[in-house]
Amino acid sequence: MNPGFLYHFGKFVQWFPQIFSKPENWRMYYKEIIRQMYDIGVGSLMIVFVISIFIGAVTAVQFAYQLGNSFIPPYYIGYIVRDMTMIELAPTFTCLVLAGKVGSNMAAEIGGMRQKEHIDAMEIMGVNTSSYLVMPKLLAALIMIPILVSISALVSNLGGYLASVPTGFYSHSEYVQGLRSFFIPWNVVMMYVKAFTFAFILTSVSCYQGYFVTGGSIELGAASTRAVVFSDILILIADYIIAIVLTL
Amino acid sequence: MIRAENIYKSFGDNKVLKGIDFTFEAGKTNLIIGKSGAGKTVLLKILVGLMTPTEGHVWYNDRDLTKMSKEETRELRMDVGMLFQGNALFDSMTVEENIRFPLDMFTNQKMSAKKDRVNFCLEEVSLEGINDKFPSEISGGMQKRVGIARAIVLEPKYLFCDEPNSGLDPKTAIKIDELISELTIRQNMTTVINTHDMNSVMEIGEKICYLELGKLAWEGNKSDIMNTTNEKLESFIFASPFLQKLREKALKSS
Repeated sequence: MNPGFLYHFGKFVQWFPQIFSKPENWRMYYKEIIRQMYDIGVGSLMIVFVISIFIGAVTAVQFAYQLGNSFIPPYYIGYIVRDMTMIELAPTFTCLVLAGKVGSNMAAEIGGMRQKEHIDAMEIMGVNTSSYLVMPKLLAALIMIPILVSISALVSNLGGYLASVPTGFYSHSEYVQGLRSFFIPWNVVMMYVKAFTFAFILTSVSCYQGYFVTGGSIELGAASTRAVVFSDILILIADYIIAIVLTL
Repeated sequence: MIRAENIYKSFGDNKVLKGIDFTFEAGKTNLIIGKSGAGKTVLLKILVGLMTPTEGHVWYNDRDLTKMSKEETRELRMDVGMLFQGNALFDSMTVEENIRFPLDMFTNQKMSAKKDRVNFCLEEVSLEGINDKFPSEISGGMQKRVGIARAIVLEPKYLFCDEPNSGLDPKTAIKIDELISELTIRQNMTTVINTHDMNSVMEIGEKICYLELGKLAWEGNKSDIMNTTNEKLESFIFASPFLQKLREKALKSS
């Protein structure tokens, strides 16, 4: 019988504390954290930049379409793009994409190590593999993904500007006035709460899928797919819960 | 000394090991032999703690591995080296980085000291000067030897080898056997090798444990094998007509 959600949840809860046991050698963990930060951060910069430009641009164009000839002041375009991207689109969209890029990579990397007996080899040496293979990835993601989300939020505003001003929908001053209006610092907090939560979800789910993979290359592919699918679903559920908790 | 005491292991309804009692002697090359599916790899993984037995105990001298906490197991593993069937070398690291990994992880030695130790281990396995090569750039036999070098870098008391000859040509396989046997003597290790290679059995088997369908069917050493009357072992060891003739000749001449 295929074990269900509760089985995996229980296994995850039992496994998770092992990740945070005392490292055998801080220097090795530090080196691994830096490597992961580079892979996650620098490695994802281009994709985050591209999607963010389009998030901002599409939000601006569609809002312009919905405004039509209404009485809503045109400068609202900057305000809407800023808040839409900051509160929702930048953290959620970025993390959904990163679940596909970073999450599947983590699951495949750790799963590949499991299949090639690298994890067993480390265990025999006395390494706590749960900690050495997962903790650096988790910490690196918790540092880099909020930074990527911040970049995404900024670049989205640029995307909105490029879609609105040079194309003649709105003037430069209207867009910038909107960006500077009705700013609520709490929205930034909300963005970072989402970014940290989603980073945690996509890393821990993906590492779990890779760490406990059994079988051959087909199972590894399936684990990598599950890492993305489960991360995406959990991110969307968490998004809804955070939205309720932080806005009501 | 390592002692397997009444080891049982099941996977669901599949009983793989059915009450193994065997003592692997200190300072010797001990072999686990048997047909495919006899439970050799499972027994080896239980001995090193990668699997837990359904029933039974594994004793390292007077310490019971099956009763140890995770911390105690990790401490014991500082005394254990293992060569895996697929070598388990880290592909993205050079030969030197692979061998140095346990030193980086568990010692605070200076880099020069670590490099000296790596070079010494490479000399031990006759592979000087390949420090900067990646595992994919060297042959299968060399990869095995790098795996051995990594296994002995922390000067273990116990060396485990899972099918060290698999995928190697007969000449290289003999060299690997000789190397493991020499290292066992030179470094005074207790070595346990899981194999179904008959050359290994006849060359380096100081103590042999023969498994058949998850049970200990015979034990002895390489010289006992020639005179064995155990039918199961005979049919396994002297499976080929060539080996049967060789045995007959050997028995006649003796």
